[in-house]
Amino acid sequence: MLDLIAKVFGRDSSSAVIAKERLRLVLVHDRTNVSPQFLESLKEDLIAVISRYMEIETDSMDVTLQSGENQVALVANIPVRRMKRAAVGGP
Amino acid sequence: MGQVIVVTSGKGGVGKTTTTANLGTALAQLGNKVVLVDADIGLRNLDVVMGLENRIVYDLVDVIEGHARLKQALIKDKRIDNLWLLAAAQTREKKDVNPKQMQELTEQLAREFEYVVLDCPAGIEDGFKNAIAGAQKAIIVCNPEVSSVRDADRVIGLWDAKGEEKSPAMLIVNRVRPKMVQRGDMLEIDDMLEMLAVDLLGIVPEDEHIIVSTNRGEPAVYHRESKAGQAYQNIARRLMGEQVPIMDLNADTSIWAKLKRIVGLSRG
Repeated sequence: MLDLIAKVFGRDSSSAVIAKERLRLVLVHDRTNVSPQFLESLKEDLIAVISRYMEIETDSMDVTLQSGENQVALVANIPVRRMKRAAVGGP
Repeated sequence: MGQVIVVTSGKGGVGKTTTTANLGTALAQLGNKVVLVDADIGLRNLDVVMGLENRIVYDLVDVIEGHARLKQALIKDKRIDNLWLLAAAQTREKKDVNPKQMQELTEQLAREFEYVVLDCPAGIEDGFKNAIAGAQKAIIVCNPEVSSVRDADRVIGLWDAKGEEKSPAMLIVNRVRPKMVQRGDMLEIDDMLEMLAVDLLGIVPEDEHIIVSTNRGEPAVYHRESKAGQAYQNIARRLMGEQVPIMDLNADTSIWAKLKRIVGLSRG
């Protein structure tokens, strides 16, 4: 009910809400634009975690941030060489 | 040793100089020995906002280059005994000064004053680097607009990356229009704080007194009826460590606003 009233009063499409959403995206873009070291250390941490479950090809793996119109996505392409036995049929 | 505080923003025109003048004056009114430093070399303005433009003989660059002693270059305020100004050079460039020299200068000032407040130029280049060099505290001035918040985020990042010992940046949201916030046409302070992940030092409402006081060259903190002036006085107290609640800007007392508040539509 309150939602309905809010809609009638135009709260949802208010320019402040639009500003907030645009700002959120802009800041994500700005902050991801920082340094190659950032991605490198993320990559190292990913390798450490994933290696507990499977053997991966660390040389050909690729981790990037891709910006779309409405979102920023972390895209990781990590070739798997072999699954570890413990991981098969796990919980 | 006194505190060295830089007032910065990234974006121009958000109220750095107004904030420096009012905050410095308020700190001096509260009994502190204060010096204001205009670090905007080539575009000096703090002198006019303080109404001291006719008294400048020597400036910051004169001191750094050894043409004048610090004591000679400090200009005493018209109204308060314990308030001083060090003006920027008007016909020089930001590059004429380096961060190390600024660090030495602010250190020298901090030995004599309880508060050294630096008015930083807009931008993030040489002038900014000079202004933040000797500061242990940073006040980020920001308007409730997308562009201003974005630039504030950038400046906070650069402040965090500064190596030396320093405290986290503090935010002043300037030129807030409570009615626009209430009707959902201006960014909410809480949203800005969340996005910037920074502590709030104060909120200053949009206030016509600021323009009048700039016209006259006397900071708004002298005018009792000025809401912005009151806000700056509160900010000065908070800087001194006092717990002062954030001013309630909900000036809208119309029946309609009250009704909306009762129904829960307004988060103000």
